[in-house]
Amino acid sequence: MSPTAPSLGKDLVGLEDLSPEQIRTILDTAEPFKEISERRIKKVPVLRGKTIVNLFMEPSTRTRISFEFAEKRLSADTVNIATSGSSVQKGETLVDTARNLEAMKIDMVVIRHWASGAAAFLAQRIPSNVINAGDGSHEHPTQALLDFLTIRDHLGRIEGLNVCVVGDILHSRVARSNIFGLLKLGAQVGVCGPRTLLPSEIESLGVKVFQRVEEAIAWADVLNVLRLQLERMKGGYVPSLREYNRVYGISTRRLQEASGDRLILHPGPMNRGVEIDSDVADGPHSVILKQVTNGVAVRMAVLYLLAGGAPERAEAAKQGEVA
Amino acid sequence: MSDAQRVTIMDQAAVDRALDRMAREIVERNGGTEGLALLGIQRRGKELAERIQAEIQEAEGASVPTGSLDITLYRDDLATVGPRPIVGESRLPLSGIDDHAVVIVDDVLYTGRTTRAAMDEILDWGRPSRIHLCVLVDRGGREVPIQPDVVGRKVEVLGNQRVDVLVPELDGRLAVELVTPAQEVS
Repeated sequence: MSPTAPSLGKDLVGLEDLSPEQIRTILDTAEPFKEISERRIKKVPVLRGKTIVNLFMEPSTRTRISFEFAEKRLSADTVNIATSGSSVQKGETLVDTARNLEAMKIDMVVIRHWASGAAAFLAQRIPSNVINAGDGSHEHPTQALLDFLTIRDHLGRIEGLNVCVVGDILHSRVARSNIFGLLKLGAQVGVCGPRTLLPSEIESLGVKVFQRVEEAIAWADVLNVLRLQLERMKGGYVPSLREYNRVYGISTRRLQEASGDRLILHPGPMNRGVEIDSDVADGPHSVILKQVTNGVAVRMAVLYLLAGGAPERAEAAKQGEVA
Repeated sequence: MSDAQRVTIMDQAAVDRALDRMAREIVERNGGTEGLALLGIQRRGKELAERIQAEIQEAEGASVPTGSLDITLYRDDLATVGPRPIVGESRLPLSGIDDHAVVIVDDVLYTGRTTRAAMDEILDWGRPSRIHLCVLVDRGGREVPIQPDVVGRKVEVLGNQRVDVLVPELDGRLAVELVTPAQEVS
């Protein structure tokens, strides 16, 4: 009868596992969801009766709230669990936490975890749909998807664009999801940052490496500026914040020295005056707040598409098999 | 499916005449074009609404605000596990719908469930002064108590038959066809 979208399977763990067609399906599905957040009654009944648990084992404001808005605007019932004040602090394992939640009849888990691979681990062990909201330095698929949607909104396409991710590539799940997804969508991807914050052999992923930020700016149509995670300072990866800003900071002066315009993205939270200067963050080419708005639409799309489920995989997880 | 039998029950001229009359009936029911808004249901209802808008423009010289409605997220069968239907665009008329007489325009009225979904969605958008239902074909077979206000043609159809409305924008021509599945033909 009505045309149907290609299935995403049971879970969204990372963009590495998705086909270009599946990624495009999510972006296309996000389009009509944008309008819902403009309505007077910002709610559609599509996930009515579904229970979603937001399991956040690591601090997060933007992502957690964005997921929660997306869930509520689709009429799902939501429960938030954070590390502090939960049984996790008493030493309960991830699987036990999840199984206890399952015993209370839930439908989906959105998980943020400090350990890389946590989302996939959980997805293989519970029948509920699992959505990765960031696992260690592995992937943060919905962040990358909202980046893509924002780029497509402003430049009309992804294919053929030069997109450069600037900053701490080594520890960044946002960078990894961006690289996997952008390459699948036909963009050229560059990375730029201090050698200490670039994984060795990153070129093998098919990305261009820029040592100097000026070269990256000159090459790029889009700059995705990552937060310099201040906790990395202790690890001795960068000499000082001022030094980092001086060498890698995105400033108006640097942007003006290159010809043409480029779109400025940042996943937040920003360290103004470190990786990005205030006048760039608030400038005419910054789409940072558009990213936040698009984040809700992208997450609504993912929730909608996954709710269709892959019953056979859910069944396999129930049997304890690894699908 | 390729062996399905297709019979044209309304050709382009017949559809044009029906739309022309429907446009006049809508204006007559509303006592003019003031406060009127058309909402075409995706897909094909949208194209029919645009045609009705053009007919009203020609006859009355007034441009009636027209939008489109995708009811996918309001369907009552989404809870069943399966592939997700593709969600289309919903676009409110620029004037909004508050205090307007909103006319839902759809191609075929069958179970009435689409209309139920459309009304729920409209009421989430705002508070129209009233809602009319306008369909090109009423094929009977209602499963909920819903009836149309303006009808192009009423047809008697068997449960296994299908009524296809074709519009130039999507199908290359304007017509209504009755489709009978292959196994019933032989």
